[in-house]
Amino acid sequence: MSTSTTLEAPNTGTWDGGNEPMKASYGKLMMWFFLLSDAFTFGAFLIVYGLARHAHTPYTGEAEAFTFSTEWWPIPEKVFNAFPGFHGVDLPLAFVALMTMILILSSVTMVLAVEAGHRMDKKDVEKWLLWTILFGATFLGCQAWEWTHFIVGTDEGMLLADGTRVYGANMTVNQYGPPLFADLFFFITGFHGFHVTIGWVLLVIAFISTVNGVYHKRGHYEMVEKIGLYWHFVDLVWVFVFTFFYLI
Amino acid sequence: MAQHTETDFYQTDDIPKPQTKAIWRTFIILVGLTALEFIFAFSMDAGTARNAIFIILTIFKAFYIVAEFMHLKHETKSLIWSIVIPLALVIWLMVALLAEGSYYYESITNYFK
Repeated sequence: MSTSTTLEAPNTGTWDGGNEPMKASYGKLMMWFFLLSDAFTFGAFLIVYGLARHAHTPYTGEAEAFTFSTEWWPIPEKVFNAFPGFHGVDLPLAFVALMTMILILSSVTMVLAVEAGHRMDKKDVEKWLLWTILFGATFLGCQAWEWTHFIVGTDEGMLLADGTRVYGANMTVNQYGPPLFADLFFFITGFHGFHVTIGWVLLVIAFISTVNGVYHKRGHYEMVEKIGLYWHFVDLVWVFVFTFFYLI
Repeated sequence: MAQHTETDFYQTDDIPKPQTKAIWRTFIILVGLTALEFIFAFSMDAGTARNAIFIILTIFKAFYIVAEFMHLKHETKSLIWSIVIPLALVIWLMVALLAEGSYYYESITNYFK
């Protein structure tokens, strides 16, 4: 008798789990604080990039006369100017513009999936999750191509003082500029790509669960919302990586 | 009755109409801001002024993603501040370390010459 009354009585006190701090569920709140900690990590990477860049000689000449050299930090539109299928054509920042568009679009389809979840519209959640998965995979494919091109390098490479040429990039030497430039490219875009990959796996799991009706039976689509928070954060990080690595 | 019936897997209730106007509006703003960044990247010479424009536009984009897509604008005030204040401190760290990098560069280029 006593057990049944305890079970039926809802916990309403401040410290016995009866209320939601900040009117957000436990999962969502924890996702927010995880993302905050993740923002510190990415912030640290970008701060180190800024510090390294300020500690190296800037290129001061005309943009047209720019050549790769370990003497100065490269200007991004001369490094990121390749596009698949346009070998040797100078298309500054075109490919990264496409990648940015794909990621922003994936963020929109994600928020549409969350919106459909609020309405308990299973079919719409499936549809928008599938679009998000598609855009996410496309972005990852683009990044794989970008990395391959960065590592393999251009036809000309960089002429060194002793007459030899360096092609592409690795952790110790690269054709674009000081070694730190390639190191930071690998770390920052790599860490971001790793986040996209994890988000993509989570999206696939959420899609399978949605199709199986797991969230519908649970009565809410909060899992889609939490994965959505993570996915938007990945888009947010890209906005900053795009500005600091590709524009400035 | 552990068996599932067909109705478990199909929508039975009435589904409200989608409310997606704000989402697409945010999308158009984000695309517009990105396009603006590209216009500045190709029409303006590199320098502090252009970098400042890029950073301001980036902060606008970040605001729209966090406020609308991540729904932070519609959360409680305490949650908003818990997220925004630590990030403001990171910006402080960023400014401090950029100054440090410039100082290091000034030192090695001017001191040993």
